[in-house]
Amino acid sequence: MERKLLKTLQSKHFSQILLLLILLVMGIVLSFLSPYFLTWSNFYNILDQTSVDIILAIGMAFVISSGGIDLSIGSVLAYSGIMMAFAMKAGIPVPLAVALGILAGMFIGLCNGLLISRLHLNPLVTTLGFMSIARGFALILTNSSPIFGFPNAFKFIGSGRVGPVNVPIIIALVIVIISYILLNKTKWGYYTLALGGNEEALRRAGVATHKYRTSIYIFCAMMAAIAGMITVARLNSADPLAGWMVETDAIAAVVLGGTSLSGGRGSIVGAVLACFVLGMLDNGLILMAIPAYYQKLFCGLIIIIALVATELRNRKEHRNFG
Amino acid sequence: MEEEKKQPFLQVKNVTKRFGSVEALRGVDLTVYTGEILAIVGDNGAGKTTLIKTLSGVLRPDSGEIMIEGKIYKELNPRLALDLGISTVYQDLSLVNCRDIATNIFLGREPVRHKFFVDKRRMVVEAQEFLQQLDMDIPEIHAEVGQLSGGQRQGVAVARAIRFGGKLLIFDEPTAAMGVQESAAVLSLIRQLGQKGYAVILISHNMYEVFELAQHISVMRQGKVVSTVSTSDVTPSDVVALITGAGEIPN
Repeated sequence: MERKLLKTLQSKHFSQILLLLILLVMGIVLSFLSPYFLTWSNFYNILDQTSVDIILAIGMAFVISSGGIDLSIGSVLAYSGIMMAFAMKAGIPVPLAVALGILAGMFIGLCNGLLISRLHLNPLVTTLGFMSIARGFALILTNSSPIFGFPNAFKFIGSGRVGPVNVPIIIALVIVIISYILLNKTKWGYYTLALGGNEEALRRAGVATHKYRTSIYIFCAMMAAIAGMITVARLNSADPLAGWMVETDAIAAVVLGGTSLSGGRGSIVGAVLACFVLGMLDNGLILMAIPAYYQKLFCGLIIIIALVATELRNRKEHRNFG
Repeated sequence: MEEEKKQPFLQVKNVTKRFGSVEALRGVDLTVYTGEILAIVGDNGAGKTTLIKTLSGVLRPDSGEIMIEGKIYKELNPRLALDLGISTVYQDLSLVNCRDIATNIFLGREPVRHKFFVDKRRMVVEAQEFLQQLDMDIPEIHAEVGQLSGGQRQGVAVARAIRFGGKLLIFDEPTAAMGVQESAAVLSLIRQLGQKGYAVILISHNMYEVFELAQHISVMRQGKVVSTVSTSDVTPSDVVALITGAGEIPN
């Protein structure tokens, strides 16, 4: 009996199934508590708000699956957004400005990746450093005040619609599909998980592990930069303080979604579902007029619980393999 | 006549390796012939694993040369060693526990479809066929390697090395965690590999295994190969004496 329960708990899709159940229960409870919850416009609102979180969580899912972590995503989000804003203000065409902003973000990822993979620096502290560096850049460049007013073509990315669907939702959906395929069907995804599972084994199998590890940080930074693009376009404002503490939400979503904090296991679907859970929680708290700060508290708790669970699981595995 | 036909596949000359103040290898010389099983024996800490890790490219030697098929290398890396035909079953097995058997067997050499997608189906089918060929008892091909027994995990590691084995196969205590039946299967496999013309290095603590399989035995002591003998010329107790330093080379 206990064994069976343990097996279910360790099953690959357990987290995802649990998240679906949580979503369902939350949905039912919230629709009783608030007459506004179960409306199409509210549902659509959640979807729209969550799209940026999903993109951030996906980048984080790759990094955590590979046994790393990236605390710099919130700062990269702001910094990339500001680079785009500057480029557009300088009269550079929108697509080029967007590309420049995303490349600027990816450069931070490259720095993170090279230091972590080549010099074997601690990912937590390295990305903490770049979190401060990128935020510092964003504040210095803007003199700490937001930049407003962008071309319509750019604003379309944040608030435009294709048919009935908001552009950010479409971008998030495309990224989810591509990332799912990348993680589960390509060599890059296989090596991401192998890096998290046993980096030395992968190296001994003749794989240039440092290149793959670096590319994962670049990918994560690219996701943060895309999130920055959407944020700036949506608000029509590039705020140097944008994306403050989004890394906690992203990490919480990733671990809640069943990605192992010690690496080797990752789930895109789980991360997406977890973003919806957190998004719905946010939404529910607002509808019930409870300060949204409670959501931060909840995210922090999830991270700590996931850490404890990972530690206990690792101990058990160590006992098994002596 | 027979002896002359055999070509050395690999020659190690005066290889040294330090870890801080510890001299793990103090000028090792070793010759491995094609079509022959060479056993390396020695006490714990004699440098056996360090030596084979320099051959598989995992460790860089501080000095010395490794000659492979006539070409001299100062150091190898895992990719180069694999490309030169050196496959290794490591003592720690080097498996990714949270991935399934097929993924582990094909690690680093995944077949792809359309240049982009890992051909998982083909990996699973081929892994299953191959494990059956090798007579290895694997209960569930989709199982994560971490869920297998110690012997089964060793089986997966051996299968991986042989699946892509080029010319030299190195086994670092391949049967340490195995049961009687499993290790018998692996040992007969190693013997067949020698007969098929592979060069084989076998590290083992088990004198029975060594005398059963190897044609030559290299004895390591304190970071050196102190002697290399023909299995037919010595008895297990001679070899034990060489390992402990109690005896000298019998002539």
